[in-house]
Amino acid sequence: MRTRERWVYLAVGLVLVAGLPLLNSLPKGSPLHVSDFTLNLFGKFVTYAILALGIDLIWGYAGVLSLGHGVFFGLGAYAMGMHLMLEIGTQSVYRNLLPDFMVWNRVTELPLFWKPFYSVPFTLLAVVAVPGLVALVFGFLTFRSRIRGVYFSIITQALALCAWLTFNRNAMNLGGTNGLSGFKSIFGFSLSDPATQRGLYVASALCLCAAFLICRWIVRSPAGKVLVAIRDSETRVLFCGYSPAAFKVFVFTVSAMLAGVAGALYVGQVGIITPARIGVLPSIEMIIWVAVGGRGTLLGPVVGAVGVNWLQSLLTTHYPDLWLLVLGGMFVAVVLFFPDGVVGTIQRLAGRLRSARGELKFNLAGGERPPHSSTEGSYAPLALPRPPTPPPATKES
Amino acid sequence: MTINAAAEGSIIYLEDVTVEYDGFKALNALNFFMDYRELRVVIGPNGAGKTTLLDVITGKVQPSAGRVIFGKSTDLTGRRENEIAGLGVGRKFQTPSIFANLSVRENLELSLARPSKGVLATLRARLDGVQRARVEETLETIGLGGRGAERAGGLSHGEKQWLEIGMVIVQQAELLLVDEPVAGMTDEETARTAELLVTIARDRAVLVIEHDMEFVRSLARKVTVLHEGRVLCEGSVDQVQQDERVREVYLGRSGSKQAAHA
Repeated sequence: MRTRERWVYLAVGLVLVAGLPLLNSLPKGSPLHVSDFTLNLFGKFVTYAILALGIDLIWGYAGVLSLGHGVFFGLGAYAMGMHLMLEIGTQSVYRNLLPDFMVWNRVTELPLFWKPFYSVPFTLLAVVAVPGLVALVFGFLTFRSRIRGVYFSIITQALALCAWLTFNRNAMNLGGTNGLSGFKSIFGFSLSDPATQRGLYVASALCLCAAFLICRWIVRSPAGKVLVAIRDSETRVLFCGYSPAAFKVFVFTVSAMLAGVAGALYVGQVGIITPARIGVLPSIEMIIWVAVGGRGTLLGPVVGAVGVNWLQSLLTTHYPDLWLLVLGGMFVAVVLFFPDGVVGTIQRLAGRLRSARGELKFNLAGGERPPHSSTEGSYAPLALPRPPTPPPATKES
Repeated sequence: MTINAAAEGSIIYLEDVTVEYDGFKALNALNFFMDYRELRVVIGPNGAGKTTLLDVITGKVQPSAGRVIFGKSTDLTGRRENEIAGLGVGRKFQTPSIFANLSVRENLELSLARPSKGVLATLRARLDGVQRARVEETLETIGLGGRGAERAGGLSHGEKQWLEIGMVIVQQAELLLVDEPVAGMTDEETARTAELLVTIARDRAVLVIEHDMEFVRSLARKVTVLHEGRVLCEGSVDQVQQDERVREVYLGRSGSKQAAHA
């Protein structure tokens, strides 16, 4: 079972990492050929999946709903974006070493905080460390003061709004409303070269695999059980001798770091980062991906992030007006009828089928074996107080 | 003098402890102590300060005056709840508070005493044979042997209460605080709970808060009556029940108060 599980992981990982790039390098005429556009699109989805994994860690497991993950995503993206801006050098419109928007804003010298971003190692460190540090400090202050539930969610939403307002200001020297764009190359590789984009896709997919394994390790360790325990009864955790605040700060920080990595990988593939990507609305959208995919499973957020965004790109090309309705509808449906999301619901149905047949099958969903087989329990309801939901119609059938 | 002499061998010792909520004294210069391995029942009318007593010991509430000494000389005042729990004070809440989405066994495993319960230590923590055996043994003690793999949320009310008591046992607490354990239990469950408490009190001190006099009688130990944040009297169940002051506070509380003010 254990070794078989490992092989399945390896196979899925290989397909994820190598599959699309291989199909992309097929000759254009081939029926299996995947266009550069599609590869790039999925590269973006994969970065979203990394972010969603982080959100799931804190929301799905610890039951803490953060409405500010756009900020951490943005910090990672801006850190990488700043390096890419500097890499443009004199290839810019104004042929100036300064980024174009600074010339436009009559800035004559590169601001001090931009300078370290010439260095690649510093940039890579900043991508993880800046969101991590912000989350650490923010989490420490809020969780230690025992701010929880809805109050925490509201404060993180305020954080997202603050970040959005701040990054919008021209005086911040971060490109204002237009953000950072016009990148030419990444670490010396031209961004317009399809091979570079393939490389970025592979890097994103590898990061997703690593993120998955890290989350899986955390979730399966006793610390992961403490996270679930915090969701169930924080006071009991405290009286068991653990500090819930410390665990929440830890998982919030890890989650922010994953978001930062996702942002950095995003910016190279999409070619632009603006404050519009980091505010209140995108942060809520991210929550919807996780809710739709299935909280409390590791496969759920990946499926949700890729699935919802894929659907969005399909729908917006054909019925652009419909998308927001569909997105809202999906969220309502999940809240009312499928609190476990797509993966959670499938898992439960499969579990019921399995116990009905009395046979044990390999559990696909992130290796999340329920600790029990007789009484299937659904994952806890949304962290925010919600109206009592009627049991899903399919439940008792 | 007598208090100090008694404090020598006490597991918990509260000296002149006062807790105020907006001017209301929930505990009023309370003196209270318990011996090692003693099973003590605390009773008292509503608002007498019973739950506040537990809150003060476990660090949930800080006293405005007084000292709380645990064991030989550990002062508990000013410490955080998880720290106090780590020192060996376990608390069982009035309503069952267990981890519904974990299995029964995982509930106990999380509660096990560990050298460190910090985040990084917990990430790498592994159970050794002794700990595993302790969990299984506790499962038997609380009457949930063979049901370790079940989801804790699926247990009945009484079973949840026992599980929570089990969680406090595996914490290896030297002092167990139990708040109204039999509320909402059937007679049979109540009897089993009394048995369970007597059993676990062989190895550690247990403080039980209870209203149900039938249950208190079945524990058959020393009873402390709290009233208006002070100890009104102490003694056996019979002594306490015959005490004139106790009858007064339970039956004619408002009448006597008015009389006092008049």
